[in-house]
Amino acid sequence: MQSKLGLDFEKVEYARSLAKGIAEDVQAFVEQYTTVAVERTLSRLMGIDGVDENAVPLPNVVVDYLKDKNVLQEGVLFFLANTMIRTGLCPQDIAEKVAKGELDITQVVTRDLKQIAQVLQPVIDSSMERIRLRRQRREHYLDTIGEGPKPYLYIIVATGNIYEDVVQAQAGARQGADVIAVIRTTGQSLLDYVPYGATTEGFGGTFATQENFRIMRKALDEVGEEQGRYIRLCNYCSGLCMPEIAIMGAFEGLDVMLNDALYGILFRDINMQRTLIDQYMSRIINGFAGVIINTGEDNYLTTADAVEAAHTVLASDLINEQLALMAGLKEEQMGLGHAFEMDPMLKDGFLLELAQAQMTREIFPKATLKYMPPTKFMTGNIFRGHIQDALFNMIGIWTHQGIQLLGMPTEAIHTPFMSDRYLSIENAKYIFNNMSSIGEEMEFREGGICRRRAAEVVDNTIRLLEDITKEGLFTALEKGIFGDVKRPKNGGKGLQGVTLKGENYLNPFVELMKGKR
Amino acid sequence: MSEGLYSMEAKDFDKTLDLKKIKPYGDTMNDGKVQLSFTLPVPCGAEAIEAAKQLLKQMGLENPSVVYYKELTPGFTFFNCYGSCTHTVNYESIYVPKVESTTMSMPDIDDFIREHFGRKIVIVGASTGTDAHTVGIDAIMNMKGYAGHYGLERYDMIDAYNLGSQVPNEEFIAKGVELKADALIISQTVTQKDVHIKNLTNFIELMEAEGLRDKMICCCGGARITHELAQELGFDAGFGMNTYADDVASFIVQEMDKRGMK
Repeated sequence: MQSKLGLDFEKVEYARSLAKGIAEDVQAFVEQYTTVAVERTLSRLMGIDGVDENAVPLPNVVVDYLKDKNVLQEGVLFFLANTMIRTGLCPQDIAEKVAKGELDITQVVTRDLKQIAQVLQPVIDSSMERIRLRRQRREHYLDTIGEGPKPYLYIIVATGNIYEDVVQAQAGARQGADVIAVIRTTGQSLLDYVPYGATTEGFGGTFATQENFRIMRKALDEVGEEQGRYIRLCNYCSGLCMPEIAIMGAFEGLDVMLNDALYGILFRDINMQRTLIDQYMSRIINGFAGVIINTGEDNYLTTADAVEAAHTVLASDLINEQLALMAGLKEEQMGLGHAFEMDPMLKDGFLLELAQAQMTREIFPKATLKYMPPTKFMTGNIFRGHIQDALFNMIGIWTHQGIQLLGMPTEAIHTPFMSDRYLSIENAKYIFNNMSSIGEEMEFREGGICRRRAAEVVDNTIRLLEDITKEGLFTALEKGIFGDVKRPKNGGKGLQGVTLKGENYLNPFVELMKGKR
Repeated sequence: MSEGLYSMEAKDFDKTLDLKKIKPYGDTMNDGKVQLSFTLPVPCGAEAIEAAKQLLKQMGLENPSVVYYKELTPGFTFFNCYGSCTHTVNYESIYVPKVESTTMSMPDIDDFIREHFGRKIVIVGASTGTDAHTVGIDAIMNMKGYAGHYGLERYDMIDAYNLGSQVPNEEFIAKGVELKADALIISQTVTQKDVHIKNLTNFIELMEAEGLRDKMICCCGGARITHELAQELGFDAGFGMNTYADDVASFIVQEMDKRGMK
């Protein structure tokens, strides 16, 4: 590809090879472990759902039972298979009996892999088919009613009440939104379980539950058919239930998932070992389900300076790309994140932002890049904010971003009103149409500000990746390399849920799903 | 809407400024001009526009005019409106409690600490409760600061500990005790359903239950926080919009001095 910015692609490939080495190092660690969240995910893949009389989800009941007996290292599938052989019960019945204290599931009758595989096979097949059908349903919609042009217009709803969210989401879709993200309630990322059923109470967002996913999917299908355009649903596969949210999304037809361990480590203080292990399984599922993942690099620039730290975003995007490839995700499913976050008072800041967005586009040509609007320098001056968002939209269309997270003029004030979304969508549609071909018309002057900026960011990225290569990602994170945030390897939330895999451990879904359709 | 270009309205009101009776200013003293936008949960049409105008009148706006409307989704109509406010406010009788300290510069604050305490003071901060946002506490504490005001970490005479977000109040207080904090500062960004009030109240209750309330300076801050609210909740000071690390540090050192803390 011809670089409009005169990027040195040999340097880019060198950076990519460094990122690959860093990711391989992480991957070698990750593959030795499982977590309570991964095991709960496997329970759900075995068809276990629902809650006990204390509203504890049954996947938690089963996994906690094994953890309490100190046998979790063998994995939930090993014990479920043995109990199925011994009792003839299905996994859901087994879970219900464990909840009532009527069944011990740690008795082992066989370690024969063939016998275990045989009893699990029908359940595995039915789960795989369930996900496949969901994926085909999306593909059918895309083939028939189609979708909006890129950049997709992404808006959030965050009322706390799923039924109110539906009203807001359908209104947004009618105004032109292509992706509806249901923001999660504050603090959900730190829950080590997924709440059950439809919910109507949340702070700054709505609980991610499988039932809420189902309600919103149905609402978006309705409005999509009405508008003649498939409307994507986005949620957040991050925090302590990363792979569980992934499987729920796969079952219910979600299309986009925020799915980034680094984000959880830095901004939610989730333990890095835990969440990188969880991330691997969740990305395998997202890959198989055809879900676009979004990564959270844009957030680095909310805590670190957007001009000085631009290279940390690119370095992290490159590492995230490699980790995603190792989980079988296709490049088209990578919503690698970056952002428009420079101080609006900066001279020629627009050109620096433009250079970085174009650079990111050229370095990840196939990715469905996720471009974040200004947040840090949004103020109560909604009028200037609307213009900041307009500048951001210009770059979005100019550099062919994949998903344009629409900025709201009231970003600094409240979760969006219905009218805020309207104004933002109008802003984006006006600019996307009025400046439709600007990317094809304009070139970047040789030796000019944009070309120099892109080259500088690539050079700094290489230096940073070389440093991370020397000490490994875990140590780099301990030193506060991203977002100026330092996190200890054994600190944060969720480390106690990590277990080294035992000799009988099995998870056939990795091979069945990874890189497959 | 060309009639909006040139105002032909007679301006037969008193055009002298009276601070006992102030009202909004558009382009003429006492014209009372206000712009506002809102959405009504009704379909677009003449009735919707009339409803918007009646609403404006009830708000005390004369000559209500709907300059733009648009149905956002069936059953919801958005309006941009103007009107002339009939209400007035007595500006001279207003009293607003403010943080009573002189804001000093970073070097002056460091000197003040050297002179009055002869040791580094310890400030521990966090976004406590369920609030996941670090933007506020980072703006005050991180080395870099915000909008040209360096954060507390950069002060030579302040040991600043930023514990980040979603820190439970209990843990926050325990850490404050462990670090021998002179001041605890809390940032709150999420204010939906008054979650910040509940959390800040909980913090003060815990401090009182532990008998620590008088031993440390307690401040809170955030875009929706005012000094008045903070004091009502039992804090020593509250810092709202457009306040920075130097405002916070100035208050803390002067308050410590006032209380005779050493």
